[in-house]
Amino acid sequence: MNRSSKIIRYVSRRLIQGIPIILAIVVLNFFLLNLAEGDAVDVLAGEAGSATPEYMEEMRKKFGLDKPLPVQLAVYLKNVIQLDLGYSFRHDMQVTELIIDRFWPTLILMVSTILLAVGFGVLLGLFAAINLNTWKDSMVSVFALITYATPLFWVGLMMIILFSIKNDWFPTSGMENSAMFYEGFERVKDIAHHLVLPTITLSLFYLALYTRMMRASMLEQYGQDYVITARAKGVSERRITFVHVLRNALLPVVTMAGVQVGALIGGSVIVESVFAWPGLGMLAFESLFARDLNLLLGIFLLSSALVVAVNLVVDVIYCFLDPRIEVN
Amino acid sequence: MTDKLLQISKLDIALPEGSERDLAVEDLNIELSPGETLCIVGESGSGKSLTARALMGLLPAPHVRVKKGTITFCGEDLTQAAEPRMRQIRGSEISMIFQEPMTALNPVMTIGGQIDEVFRYHAEMSQSERRKRAIELLEDVQLPDPKQIMAAYPHELSGGQRQRAMIAMALALEPKILIADEPTTALDVTTQAQILKLISEMQAVHKSGVLFITHDFGVVADIADRVVVMQYGRVVETGTVDKVLNKPKHPYTKALIASVPSLIPRAPRPRSEQIVLSGDKIQKTFGGGKSFFGLGKPNRFVHAVKDVTLDLRSGETLGVVGESGSGKSTLARCIIRLLDSDSGNIMLDNIDIRALNRAEMRPFRTKIQMVFQDPFASLNPRIKVGQIISQGPIIQGESRQNAEARARELLEIVGLDERAFNRYPHEFSGGQRQRIGIARALALDPEILVADEPVSALDVSIQAQILELLDEIRESMNLSMLFITHDLRVAAQVCDRLAVMRYGEIVETGATGEIFKSPQHSYTRDLLAAVPGQKWDRKIAG
Repeated sequence: MNRSSKIIRYVSRRLIQGIPIILAIVVLNFFLLNLAEGDAVDVLAGEAGSATPEYMEEMRKKFGLDKPLPVQLAVYLKNVIQLDLGYSFRHDMQVTELIIDRFWPTLILMVSTILLAVGFGVLLGLFAAINLNTWKDSMVSVFALITYATPLFWVGLMMIILFSIKNDWFPTSGMENSAMFYEGFERVKDIAHHLVLPTITLSLFYLALYTRMMRASMLEQYGQDYVITARAKGVSERRITFVHVLRNALLPVVTMAGVQVGALIGGSVIVESVFAWPGLGMLAFESLFARDLNLLLGIFLLSSALVVAVNLVVDVIYCFLDPRIEVN
Repeated sequence: MTDKLLQISKLDIALPEGSERDLAVEDLNIELSPGETLCIVGESGSGKSLTARALMGLLPAPHVRVKKGTITFCGEDLTQAAEPRMRQIRGSEISMIFQEPMTALNPVMTIGGQIDEVFRYHAEMSQSERRKRAIELLEDVQLPDPKQIMAAYPHELSGGQRQRAMIAMALALEPKILIADEPTTALDVTTQAQILKLISEMQAVHKSGVLFITHDFGVVADIADRVVVMQYGRVVETGTVDKVLNKPKHPYTKALIASVPSLIPRAPRPRSEQIVLSGDKIQKTFGGGKSFFGLGKPNRFVHAVKDVTLDLRSGETLGVVGESGSGKSTLARCIIRLLDSDSGNIMLDNIDIRALNRAEMRPFRTKIQMVFQDPFASLNPRIKVGQIISQGPIIQGESRQNAEARARELLEIVGLDERAFNRYPHEFSGGQRQRIGIARALALDPEILVADEPVSALDVSIQAQILELLDEIRESMNLSMLFITHDLRVAAQVCDRLAVMRYGEIVETGATGEIFKSPQHSYTRDLLAAVPGQKWDRKIAG
């Protein structure tokens, strides 16, 4: 069997295996969320200012919150399998519709963050390793240390102060200037303009991480025997760095990046709040306080599906990067 | 002068400050003529590998560097050559092969790609020409199906095949000098014989000078024209192979040669008929499990130990010999119950210890103990030597005081100072650590000692000392020993009986003398024929 059909088989098998994993996550999330005190009715009643216990009972009945937990879970699972994520009473919308609406902003933010963090992290790490123990290396290390140690929200606020308020270079918040009704390319440009600050803020921490990892990984690979072999063949240092060492050094960075996509969704909550980015992170944050469990479960389901998918993509990338990894 | 390919004179190589000694190599003088094979022999730390690196201009600068002296290659002083010129020379006029063919090849680059680089940097050839030439080279080094190997990655080849590919790469541009740094040390004895043959064939065709670095006198005897013996960075003796090996002058050379175990088995000892341990039809397989949710193909299945039956008599040493992957280590681990075998019986004191669970096994652990191969990896670096030795008895219920007193005693028995008790393993040399490992095994007063390649990581002079120590201990404590080794020279000197393993099976058992004199199985014959330095042995024996 050739390599590509092997990979297709592997991917389809992994996708099938992903289903029970996601269902297990759903069940776990369901019970975890129900551990918290109070439900959506409490919140709605509290916001309304006054509500009689009878009215609250009636609302619970209407939302299906009066049934015992296992029954609620069974109903929810049955709906999930039919791809129906339920109804958000808070937003008066289908959860699926709501999530998909908010999914694209988060996806845009995540993809640009990963590209920026991995791309620049690899470049900076490479640059530091090539200029080992010179002032360039030290500069990169200091930069990495500072960004690594600075809290996300603070960076975000400082960026807004510096680039939006003091210098009016970038917008302070939102994803697009909806008042302008841009179409086509103009709209893309507008979104990109809004994207700059949140992406930089979210990626700085990861950028620092990958820079340090890439540098260490390069140095480790420089010490390997095959580098001496290459030198003994008379291969130039340039080619040793970019052909021999670089590809081997990338492997751990790719692994790490794959693992951290999940953490990125968590990190995006802060950034989305700071920049009022209309993404999933913010939605999750709001629905948590509104006890909008249906919506929250839907977001978690989507995130876990995303993590499963990203892990699969990383594994496939990995077996192209490293021929020693066999798919079977 | 002009007919010499290479002339190293008065070469000093400096080590970084704070090292054990100032100079890695001191006042080195070496000459090499075309078509000649010069062996540099020495133990670890003698500076032989750094000499080779210096020649290639590949010293780990700036810490280690040439301090003074000249390396004249075809009239040009390489110590003065600029880096671009050195790069031109490397791979085309002087090339090198290394000890570990797995790590010496880039794991994510095809063999073809790695050979191609040599041409790309040194010759003006079109891509198709380069490819054609690379395939020819792979044919020359007798690799099967060169076209397929071109596209293969290093991990898809066996150790011997990888080393052949390395040789193809090194010989690509017919270098004037080939430096081989322990090229066969990591290989099995039969593969080693093939590689050595290949190198000498290639040398005959290309008339290159070969600088062969090794610690193995058997190999030296087989391939060298001239020999240089190094110790602590200095040359202690140079001469033709005949002179150095058969009439050594320097006491160090004499001592080294004396510690090479002879291939002629020692006289058989009286043997007891009492069986202390017997294994019957031991089976061990690895893998074969189902994957996640039972989907997909089952995993790879390896039959590591196949129907092995053996017995160990009181006071004897039974050697299990075989090449890597023959299952000898797995067998040892099954017997000592570090691994659970799949089926069969392991009888110790009339009890089948294979069937015992962890708790039931514990009292039997004192009877059978193990000495491991790697003295660096097998001792916990965070625990003091005294604790390492006394831990076993304490677990078995001995009081701390008694156990520690016994540990001190044992340190003395294995030839270490009592002060070793409060030190950490890293403070000791390889040979000393192996002594600690032996003391640890002896702490429980075992009846049976299982030694898994206990000397293969050690230099030949240290090896001789450890073997002697094991012998003494066996005599004084009346131990029975299961001795696992790949080295037939060691087996000849240590074992009373031998069991030859291949692919998980014992193909032949018998008294050591008998097996060496008239091996029955064809594999045993191949193994014996492949041991380097046999002619030399016979010469010494007269």
